[in-house]
Amino acid sequence: MASADELTFHEFEEATNLLAETPDAATTSRSDQLTPQGHVAVAVGSGGSYGAEDEVEEESDKAALLQEKQQQQQPGFWTFSYYQSFFDVDTSQVLDRIKGSLLPRPGHNFVRHHLRNRPDLYGPFWICATLAFVLAVTGNLTLVLAQRRDPSIHYSPQFHKGISIYCYAWLVPLALWGFLRWRKGVQERMGPYTFLETVCIYGYSLFVFIPMVVLWLIPVPWLQWLFGALALGLSAAGLVFTLWPVVREDTRLVATVLLSVVVLLHALLAMGCKLYFFQSLPPENVAPPPQITSLPSNIALSPTLPQSLAPS
Amino acid sequence: MAEAEESPGDPGTASPRPLMRDLKAVGKKFMHVLYPRKSNTLLRDWDLWGPLILCVTLALMLQRDSADSEKDGGPQFAEVFVIVWFGAVTITLNSKLLGGNISFFQSLCVLGYCILPLTVAMLICRLVLLADPGPVNFMVRLFVVIVMFAWSIVASTAFLADSQPPNRRALAVYPVFLFYFVISWMILTFTPQ
Repeated sequence: MASADELTFHEFEEATNLLAETPDAATTSRSDQLTPQGHVAVAVGSGGSYGAEDEVEEESDKAALLQEKQQQQQPGFWTFSYYQSFFDVDTSQVLDRIKGSLLPRPGHNFVRHHLRNRPDLYGPFWICATLAFVLAVTGNLTLVLAQRRDPSIHYSPQFHKGISIYCYAWLVPLALWGFLRWRKGVQERMGPYTFLETVCIYGYSLFVFIPMVVLWLIPVPWLQWLFGALALGLSAAGLVFTLWPVVREDTRLVATVLLSVVVLLHALLAMGCKLYFFQSLPPENVAPPPQITSLPSNIALSPTLPQSLAPS
Repeated sequence: MAEAEESPGDPGTASPRPLMRDLKAVGKKFMHVLYPRKSNTLLRDWDLWGPLILCVTLALMLQRDSADSEKDGGPQFAEVFVIVWFGAVTITLNSKLLGGNISFFQSLCVLGYCILPLTVAMLICRLVLLADPGPVNFMVRLFVVIVMFAWSIVASTAFLADSQPPNRRALAVYPVFLFYFVISWMILTFTPQ
């Protein structure tokens, strides 16, 4: 296993060097659905005959390598080791991928630079789990803080709502992957990402929402909207920068529509987090009406009211 | 898992010794959780009686009264049960997928037994809640739950961390942290009515 790793990295260095020399080049990935470890071949762009010989040599080398890899590891999807290959990550790799998703940069493609064609399922699964639980807990916490004023309010942490996070993080990549594969039939140049890579992109992009939700505990409405906008911006930027190389080969119309749909869905997720998970208090339970100004408890109460109750 | 055996001569009477033996084994494991040391007892002779007893106790104490309406109150008995067992199975699968060399039932056994400190915390919280509600009440409960949560984590990582290669230990331990955090949250936010 170690030697295959070394070989993979060597290839990738070549690829990045070639990319640096010819900025118009695009990378294609020959990863198949069943082999999560594909390899990268560099197809030099419309420059024509430049590097054609190099390309042929590289391709034959890489074809041999691919065959070897396929012979080595092709467990069926019913075996446990098939799924184990998706969890073949170390702590440092997961942290690196999280950092990569937090700081999206225009040139850096998340899939190429951080995933390096080895997508994992650990990140998406546990980031979704953390986000679901953090949402349930903070949504509950806003009620706990209000409950101290009025002990008759009950609440329960609503963990079953976490299923909606999982639905987003797995169904939307499925739709996106399906759409990209369909478009690939139209134009054959760019291979789209595999399903797992798409799931990874989405899963890691959800990480930035976790600190955002924790910061939403601060009961200042404009600050909450600010944090929401920041997190959404970072996350959507990461998605767009990663999807851009795949989508730019397509017609302009399809590209813009696709990217705007992706950003819109992400914005809906952020809004949904706010509205769906943060329960609003039943208004009749919050005791002192704001008109009675003689009560000193008003002044203590109003800053801690959850934002869903607008003080009239 | 040890089972009660019937001596061949008497139909229908199970001899009491195997039951006592099982109970003693469960009790011994409880002690191992309360004083976590590097011993293999929990791993070698795994059983699921202890986790079942603890889970049922916890779920019984956490469930809301049937008199409450649907919206208010705490989780149902079934919710707690599902969260505990589903969570434990997920963590075990995660640990095995990451390449750990612990068996499925051993991992379930460890995770289940390490709920013991949190069950003790639940008992203490219920007792504390019989007193007047107020900030002091809340602080006492918060302190107890935090201490027991830390105890659970320490106990379970003492058993589970060795089964992973060192570069993946944090990846295997983080879900355990999340699991006990969720249970601690349910305990902390419990209010009887």
